Amino acid sequence: MARNVTPARKATVTVLAWGIGFLIFFPILWTVLTSFKSEGDAVAIPPVFLNFHWTLENYAIVNQRSDYLLHFWNSIVISFGSTFLGLVIAIPAAWAMAFVPGRRTKDVLMWMLSTKMMPSVGVLIPIYLLFRNTGLLDTRIGLVIVLTLIDLPIIVWMLYTYFKEIPGEILEAARMDGATLRSEILYVLTPMAVPGIASTLLLNVILAWNEAFWTLNLTAANAAPLTAFIASYSSPEGLFYAKLSAASTMAIAPILILGWFSQKQLVRGLTFGAVK
Amino acid sequence: MATQHSRAAARLMISPAVVLLLGWMIIPLAMTIYFSFLNYNLLHPGPHNFIGFRNYYYFLTDPSFTTALWNTIVLVLGVLLITTVGGVLLALLLDQPMWGQGIVRVLVIAPFFVMPTVSALVWKNMFMNPVNGLFAYFAHSLGLQPFDFLSQAPLFSIILIVAWQWLPFATLILLTALQSLDSEQMEAAEMDGASAISRFLFITIPHLTRSITVVILIQTIFLLSVFAEILVTTNGGPGTASTNLTYLVYGQSLLQYDVGGGSAGGIVAVILANIVAIFLMRMIGKNLEG
Repeated sequence: MARNVTPARKATVTVLAWGIGFLIFFPILWTVLTSFKSEGDAVAIPPVFLNFHWTLENYAIVNQRSDYLLHFWNSIVISFGSTFLGLVIAIPAAWAMAFVPGRRTKDVLMWMLSTKMMPSVGVLIPIYLLFRNTGLLDTRIGLVIVLTLIDLPIIVWMLYTYFKEIPGEILEAARMDGATLRSEILYVLTPMAVPGIASTLLLNVILAWNEAFWTLNLTAANAAPLTAFIASYSSPEGLFYAKLSAASTMAIAPILILGWFSQKQLVRGLTFGAVK
Repeated sequence: MATQHSRAAARLMISPAVVLLLGWMIIPLAMTIYFSFLNYNLLHPGPHNFIGFRNYYYFLTDPSFTTALWNTIVLVLGVLLITTVGGVLLALLLDQPMWGQGIVRVLVIAPFFVMPTVSALVWKNMFMNPVNGLFAYFAHSLGLQPFDFLSQAPLFSIILIVAWQWLPFATLILLTALQSLDSEQMEAAEMDGASAISRFLFITIPHLTRSITVVILIQTIFLLSVFAEILVTTNGGPGTASTNLTYLVYGQSLLQYDVGGGSAGGIVAVILANIVAIFLMRMIGKNLEG
């Protein structure tokens, strides 16, 4: 807004906004700080904020005790695997719907969105039994399949809204110049579509990384990603806040950083282009 | 522009996605429907008899169903209320001129990227725990009795946790919408002598309607199936005080191994979600066309 405001007002707004921002962020900050405390400092009364003996032992213990790297790797494989697979299926579909729209395109898109409305719990039993009978229970490939199908509608929608914005005239111009369908896709469309595909990839990795229904219900020791690994800290067993915090910090740090980079695309992507 | 040829190609390109989604919709759902009519428990071997609607009868007449239904509604509406009202207020604040707006945005958006199991456990242990939690410490230092959030107000506590996760989402979307508001229109209204309140009511709010609708739609999809937050904090308890429909069906399916009953519950959840979906899609359809 270009209106002039008094410095006093600007200062008030700044203090208020920083204060609220700090409050909202505080649980994350507190988790990160606690991860560097000893278990004694973690529950000290009064609580210690910065003036404690900083230590990395929690990180070492978490890594030693619980095969943290395996779960981290599982999260990577599951979130990236399902996103890549989803993109392979969704890119052609979204491309076709954006550039060769038919009478039913809108209906197909709405129908895809409506499949997201089906609660996962409605198909929990068949998926669980199918997985149990085919040996897919507690495997990474099983979760990749489920998460691909879960996120496919969102991937198609996101890509569709990005592709929609590529001007159709440019394709016509390419065709006039005698471009074949193949070279049209390869040399005209792909370079323009890459940013949209990248945003979709980023957002879906975030969504899949944090997915916590199927990952909790379909995995045990072997394929559990970080969501399920952290859940194993839910049973209280003495002093464990610092270790919980260390495990949590490691689980959220990569995605928090990715997320901060993707803020702008987040709004567009998750509202299916309805809010820009 | 599209030729016969490209239409056929387009259909071919769309079909894998459509076929997979159709399969994902129909096959497991058909199985759930089939199981829901059987007397089928994984702990009891033997033939699975067809028992008609008895699973549905038991599920729907169980008092925990009514509780879970009510809890689901309270959870969804509670979180929606906090996040949309809070989101509008926060977005209005963040839209004002200030120093370091980018950093505040980063702080506010952060909870959205925290996985549900982490945020639930952090809140449960480090804030809401009646002995070691920060809230208990604050209560003590004010001379009050610490409040045992998760056993005395379990549903409310879960609403708080989930709202913390979704407030950033609502704020970010509403802020984006606010920033696209035409400032000339605002200035014109101001010059015509419109008060701050009437500017807010007659310009800002109508401008935000579409984004608020989107926020409600997307959040409802996710909020209807809140699961991990309940699993790691209260396990649905005490009793069924914080059990929502998703958690109830999960318990019946994977804790009691009651395939028949769990399936009936799953179908009930699907039907209820569809009622909400039809209602929402109408609302969205109307709002997004314009």
